[in-house]
Amino acid sequence: MKEVFALVDCNNFYVSCERVFNPKLAHRPVVVLSNNDGCIVARSNEAKALGIGMGVPAFEVADLIKKHNVEVFSSNYTLYDDMSSRVMEVLSTFTPDIEVYSIDEAFLNLAGFKCSLTDYGRKIRQTVKKWTGIPVSVGIAGTKTLAKVANHIAKKSARVDGVPDLTDSTNLEQVLAEVPVEKVWGVGIRTAIKLKRVGIETAFDLSKADINWIRNRFGVVGVRTVYELRGICCYQLEQNPPAKKSLVVSRMFGKPVESVEQLKEAAASYASRAGEKLRRAKLAAGLMTVFVTTSRFIKNKYFNSHTVEFESATNNTTELIRAALLSIDYLYRKNCQFKKCGVILTALVSESRIQQSLFDNTDREKSHRLMKAVDAVNARVSSPLRWAAEGLCQSWQVKFNRRSCRYTTRWDELLKVT
Amino acid sequence: MVTEVKKVHTPDLSVKHLQSLFVAAVPAGFPSPAADYEEDKLDLNKHLIKNPAATFFVRVTGDSMVGAGIHHEDLLVIDRSIEPKDKNVVIAVVAGELTVKRIRIKSRKITLEPENLNYSAQEIAEDTEFEVWGVVTSVIHKL
Repeated sequence: MKEVFALVDCNNFYVSCERVFNPKLAHRPVVVLSNNDGCIVARSNEAKALGIGMGVPAFEVADLIKKHNVEVFSSNYTLYDDMSSRVMEVLSTFTPDIEVYSIDEAFLNLAGFKCSLTDYGRKIRQTVKKWTGIPVSVGIAGTKTLAKVANHIAKKSARVDGVPDLTDSTNLEQVLAEVPVEKVWGVGIRTAIKLKRVGIETAFDLSKADINWIRNRFGVVGVRTVYELRGICCYQLEQNPPAKKSLVVSRMFGKPVESVEQLKEAAASYASRAGEKLRRAKLAAGLMTVFVTTSRFIKNKYFNSHTVEFESATNNTTELIRAALLSIDYLYRKNCQFKKCGVILTALVSESRIQQSLFDNTDREKSHRLMKAVDAVNARVSSPLRWAAEGLCQSWQVKFNRRSCRYTTRWDELLKVT
Repeated sequence: MVTEVKKVHTPDLSVKHLQSLFVAAVPAGFPSPAADYEEDKLDLNKHLIKNPAATFFVRVTGDSMVGAGIHHEDLLVIDRSIEPKDKNVVIAVVAGELTVKRIRIKSRKITLEPENLNYSAQEIAEDTEFEVWGVVTSVIHKL
């Protein structure tokens, strides 16, 4: 059977989430900043039109923001994550074969659907918009790479309700000739530069490239991209994402940290957050690596990491914090301005399969109940229970000066209507 | 404001309450005659929420809808997937503002009606930016 893929991509996802709960933002330039309010990570079309680039530091465009009264938000990942799972849930009502590709993208397998694919794509778009408030673009084609191209066209086209379908396209070559090679799925900036050096400028050029040359230069992945552009399906839907191999919690500090106390607070706090994430995924970690780093641009540069092995895999916050504090004792260096610290948990196993060590005398059952109680309380209140080691003031904490409310996950931050 | 810590208490872990291994009843004799009739417990979530992906909760401020049993601070359950019909209570967006009102749809004329004599109905002009954000399906009112 012929393969048919639809790529559904949320338009300016983070901005769209903000707009659902704040209708005044419609038609206005809006941007969302990364952690620590550092860089622009999402822009409304109006903000793009002002020339505000993706990923640029916020201070570089401060003048533009002021002049055009651009609405600025800190990222509200709690909200974006919830809205993302709603969008994916709606999409899964259209086909059981869905691959959640990122927070704002999903591939759907529509092979064997007898209806008009364009109509179906339009129905998907309308339903997601109505149920969740999030606008999406849909592109349909016979391979994932071409579905990406179709989606790219949908976004660029002036017709807002268009659903490009390239499955039986007679003018595929013309379509591909309009797509710059760096926009092709799997072609990174560096690859694009190498390709352009030999005159491969567009997706069309790439689709006509010599397979042997591509194999020599870019390996089998490059070959697959070329075949996919020719309409030969090389990538299937990946419905069972590989089991999580590691879990990372790391953030830049709001301002540089010099004292060992503050560094410990931060590490403890990240360890605590990591514990929460582990428990939510019903996992336990066998190893914890803590790393600290200064800015790369100063005289006293320093990067180091330290790994602790747990006697038996754990997701108990108390144990995680103890390991994090030990690591900081080992890693700390005087007169260093630390910029970032992080906790990486590896050797993850399912919570139910924790191997008890023979000499382990912790009351697992009791600590498990304590963690459950803490998680249950924290799900309900806006100022969560914390371990004392996490500190009270947390002056190193990342800045979220302009975060909107967590409208869908906190009783005390619900949307208000009159 | 700085929170001051006067004393840090450490948990007392000296006593353990472990479940003894042999407390469960040994299944012998007749099985419970009710076992066959077991059903799921009543779940308010299932009762109030038909379409979780499209359901949102919002908090009411003000008293413009008291006649409909919607009070200040009440919680509303909103289902965005429902097509609004005449006389539904809806969350509407009028010129960027969110409001809860009863919608009246007569041929092409749309009116938003409050349920409180102190407020007046609002007819939606053709050129007003207007959108139904979602249909209210339940009110949760604390007594």
